[in-house]
Amino acid sequence: MGFLDIDNTTKSYGSTEVLHKVDISVEEGEFLVLVGPSGCGKSTLLNMIAGLEEITSGEIRIKDEVMNGVHPSKRNIAMVFQSYALYPNMTVGKNITFGLEMHGTPKDERDKAMNDVAKLLQIEQLLDRKPGALSGGQRQRVAMGRALVRDPDVFLFDEPLSNLDAKLRVDMRTEIKKLHHKLGTTIVYVTHDQIEAMTLSTRIAVMNGGYVQQLGTPQEIYDTPANIFVATFMGSPAMNVVPAKVSVENGVPMARVALHDGSLTSLPFSQANMAEWDGKEILLGIRPETITDEDAADRKSGNIAHMTNRIVVTEPAGSDTFVTMTMGGRDVIARMRSDANVSPGIDFMFAVNMEKAVAFDPETEVRIAP
Amino acid sequence: MSVASQDTAIRTGRAVRVLIYLVLVLFSLFYLLPLYVMVVNSVKPLDEITGGGMMNLPQVFTIEPWLKAWSSAQIGVEPTGLSPYFWNSIKMVVPAVAISTVLGALNGYVLTKWRFKYDTILFGLMLFACFIPFQIVLIPMARMLGLMGLAGTTSGLVLVHVVYGIGFTTLYFRNYYAVFPTELIRAAQIDGAGFFQIFWRILLPSSGPIAVVSVIWQFTNIWNDFLFGASFAGADSQPMTVALNNLVQASHGVKEYNVHFAGAILAALPTLLVYIVAGRYFVRGLMAGSVKG
Repeated sequence: MGFLDIDNTTKSYGSTEVLHKVDISVEEGEFLVLVGPSGCGKSTLLNMIAGLEEITSGEIRIKDEVMNGVHPSKRNIAMVFQSYALYPNMTVGKNITFGLEMHGTPKDERDKAMNDVAKLLQIEQLLDRKPGALSGGQRQRVAMGRALVRDPDVFLFDEPLSNLDAKLRVDMRTEIKKLHHKLGTTIVYVTHDQIEAMTLSTRIAVMNGGYVQQLGTPQEIYDTPANIFVATFMGSPAMNVVPAKVSVENGVPMARVALHDGSLTSLPFSQANMAEWDGKEILLGIRPETITDEDAADRKSGNIAHMTNRIVVTEPAGSDTFVTMTMGGRDVIARMRSDANVSPGIDFMFAVNMEKAVAFDPETEVRIAP
Repeated sequence: MSVASQDTAIRTGRAVRVLIYLVLVLFSLFYLLPLYVMVVNSVKPLDEITGGGMMNLPQVFTIEPWLKAWSSAQIGVEPTGLSPYFWNSIKMVVPAVAISTVLGALNGYVLTKWRFKYDTILFGLMLFACFIPFQIVLIPMARMLGLMGLAGTTSGLVLVHVVYGIGFTTLYFRNYYAVFPTELIRAAQIDGAGFFQIFWRILLPSSGPIAVVSVIWQFTNIWNDFLFGASFAGADSQPMTVALNNLVQASHGVKEYNVHFAGAILAALPTLLVYIVAGRYFVRGLMAGSVKG
């Protein structure tokens, strides 16, 4: 049993099921991120944990106590909303202590808790102001203060950074991560931003269409995505997925992939079990950073394949240069060093780290290797 | 007044501007004429009015008609002046406005933040109250008041006005709360606030503009109502409007026009006062929510 258990939970509106048998167990102190495109059910799931939406079937437990039908205020959770949801008529101080007041905490304890939290978040000088007089970042801090002051079992964050500008978002991201390290509380965090998911989480649940597509650590999700959806959703630029045919040459399974002119190149798999797919079509997934020039190829890799392909477009991005080519009739992006000697229209020899390559079944789109 | 202010959408030439102001001034004079007639004649002795020259300024200034209208004019059979009826009206208007506004706010809160099945249909039905002519309900309402033992009382009038007002106040508050962020309600729920605590602590303090609209609307309508007052009030609960009618319609003695004018102004003063005090919030409240700030 975990600290927070989501056990076979479904959600239906009328006859439409929007969340299908979700099964997640969160340990104490974990930072779970629910990530997915809009409409995937991640916010609905969070609201069900909060008690703001009813659970159609299944169970949600916090500390082994069943939460179905328990009022939000009795679950010992705190939530930070996307719009911050600060009470506009109350000062910052009142906003922070309102929950304590509603729970009948005496005034002197409330004030002490408020001052502690204000100090932690460095918002002491804002306590007498109204939310309307605060900047976006300050409101964000107050919203977190309001959640922190309750000392809840579980923190719920509903896309808390999406209203901030790009720079502040990165700052607050770091801030939230620091806070989690410092306090060690259990957090469930909803976002549609895969970078937020990767940087913040200890575990990620990638959701789509009401299903949890994959649940795992950021590294697992990134290196061994369960299916094409996860592979292409997580990572920027997205993983390249190209059609290939498996053929076994000298006992080694190879992915035969068409290059820009239709000629085939052979990329050897690191996984011997791919031999079972001999003669069959698969989808080959290659992360952009595993296609490089010879010099930048990963020296620790035991399986670097080479191929010469024509460069279609180069996009310098400062630290990296993104190179687009055609493989298997699709655009494939390689992430090269900025000083790589590339230009559009030339034929260039690429080094592909096949140790990191992933293969998918083209029918089910499920990963078959590694 | 800044002539070339930047938020003027249309730029106009000088001649056009003069024309516009000329027309505006003419219309306002025309509009203010009845008020002028009432004010000047209410401070004249009666013989100056009966001698003709209704538009003239008073030769002898007197506040006697005002005092008489307030405290000693013959209303019906008693020479009480309008003052007891003024207090009748206050005793009717204040609770009626307060109750209908609070109930409207509560309805708006439930209809937007505690949605239930068929709530829009219910709201549509409530809106009917805004369109039913008063005359239709006179007889059934009289019967109901009789059954409830409220016939001829101030409480009965309060009830009638509250029932009639709820349609409007619900409409105002529902539309105002429809754009009030639901996340705030959810945050308060998680904080442990109950149904009424959310209403009193979160929603009502943010409802200033629309509450002003509701109060002005209800105050004006209820204060100015004559039909319900004439139909349902008893002798000691008649509102100002009914008393004014009795003063003016008196069928015996000399018609004291100066007293009538003074009485009419007295009857209109409270609504005027409400507009002057809260009027600038009225338009603001009506516009609230339509434009994002």
